[in-house]
Amino acid sequence: MSGHIDSGATAWMMTATALVLMMTPALGLFYAGLVRSKNTLNTFMMSIAALGVATITWALVGYSLAFDSGDGFIGGGKFFFMNHIGFEAQPGTQIPQLLFFAFEASFCIITAALVSGAVVERMKFSTFLIFMALWSTLIYPVLAHWVWGGGWLQAHGVLDFAGGVPVEMASGFSALAAALAVGARKDYGRQALLPHNVVFVLLGAGLLWFGWFGFNGGSGYSTGHSSILAFTNTLLAPACTLVVWFVLDLLRDQRVTAIGAATAIVVGAVGITPACGYVSPIAAMLLGGLAAIPSYAFITWRTRTRLDESLDVLGAHGLAGLTGIIFIGFFAQRSWNGVTNGLLHGHPGLLGWQVVAALAGPAYAFVGTFAILKVLNALMPMRVTALEESIGMDVVDHGEQAYTDGEGAILVAHEGFFDFDRSRRDSDG
Amino acid sequence: MKLVIGIVRPERTNDVLEALFRAQIRGFSLSRVQGHGGELERVETYRGTTVKMNLAEKARFEVAVSDEFVQPTIDALCAGGRTGEVGDGKVFVLDLEQAVRIRTGESDSSAVTPINPQDDLEQQ
Repeated sequence: MSGHIDSGATAWMMTATALVLMMTPALGLFYAGLVRSKNTLNTFMMSIAALGVATITWALVGYSLAFDSGDGFIGGGKFFFMNHIGFEAQPGTQIPQLLFFAFEASFCIITAALVSGAVVERMKFSTFLIFMALWSTLIYPVLAHWVWGGGWLQAHGVLDFAGGVPVEMASGFSALAAALAVGARKDYGRQALLPHNVVFVLLGAGLLWFGWFGFNGGSGYSTGHSSILAFTNTLLAPACTLVVWFVLDLLRDQRVTAIGAATAIVVGAVGITPACGYVSPIAAMLLGGLAAIPSYAFITWRTRTRLDESLDVLGAHGLAGLTGIIFIGFFAQRSWNGVTNGLLHGHPGLLGWQVVAALAGPAYAFVGTFAILKVLNALMPMRVTALEESIGMDVVDHGEQAYTDGEGAILVAHEGFFDFDRSRRDSDG
Repeated sequence: MKLVIGIVRPERTNDVLEALFRAQIRGFSLSRVQGHGGELERVETYRGTTVKMNLAEKARFEVAVSDEFVQPTIDALCAGGRTGEVGDGKVFVLDLEQAVRIRTGESDSSAVTPINPQDDLEQQ
């Protein structure tokens, strides 16, 4: 039975899909700025790779595992190889199934790219591609199924508007597992490993925020009330995180940092992601401010440990996502979301299941990712050699440099090189 | 009084710095240079354009030292710069005719000897 297609909702969702897709190269820029110049391209390419690898796995199997009814744990095979995905309305929405598929694909892509932040500057690129294919097949779709595809968390009423469980906590806790499985960079803790271009980091964060309006605002699949609420809360929450982060920076060191600001934008947008369509605007502002604190504390502490979770995916995404998921349990408000109330509005039952989601999601992501990497480690080299690591991943893994000046570069003439000038001379003669 | 020039791999810069500090050698200059020794050329490809990178990035240390510090400086450059692969670089030692400390006008050995290195350490 096919329902009604709404042209306004469809137009918005096409736009939102494109916005979310842009977040992946934006993330690449953000990450590339945070590494040393000799690893710029490799780091950016790990995000670009997701645009290819995760799209294919999503189309062939991932979407079905996430959104076919299946059982409580994982979806079935009805949509394998994009079968049964057409122009009819997606159940529960007024947009075509094919568009719903594309929108959800862009989520799988950015989430797979997020995990790369844990393993930059050392993981062999070919092995990373295989890891990404497995991760986007075995981890993301399962967690998406749990909260959106009819899985057990959704059945118990867990609220996750735009991906606190499958996107933010999944990437954060997978990053922790990946950092432990791959190990620290050889120079970590011995030398200062400094970001090489903070302007990239700020621009990347800005573009991520821009794309996030599609990410959160599109997760209502409509132009209805919850979508408008989600859209506006995506403006409000990161603004509050940003200012609270300024204050925390001032208290710690009397100076406001630019990388801190970029991080705060991401943390605020992550925090509001699960809650954006469920809490009032003023609660969203409170959430934005609150989300800064655990992430700030963790990131400050993490750099003093041996844990080389290099670009703080856990601190920024894992913890802020967790904060947002729990926050819904307190502040969900039916007069705004039309679904249910949280503890502070008279419905304490919701909080318990939000806490379960905040434990189960990270546990699956951590264990699954660790297992995938341990299996890969037995089959193929996980890292480049120490010497290659010191030369830099761009030259070693890609045969290119981000900032080459061409000095000393000698053109290599290929066998059978076609000489246009000579052939022109010959035909003239 | 000698001028010791060490040309090393840029990725070994930090190791050389550590070795120099450990040997109490506290005054030097560092510049980025490009050069070519016996190492294999790296091949890079940009959209079908294949190039051999004939010049390799190197870090050039210049250390002016009094005679008793010549050998420790050479040792530090070698220890910090060595990977065992072709392309580790060279150390050159030159006679130094004159040195002047601009601030005080002191010349020669006293100009290349840090004043009260112990004080400097305490300040840090």
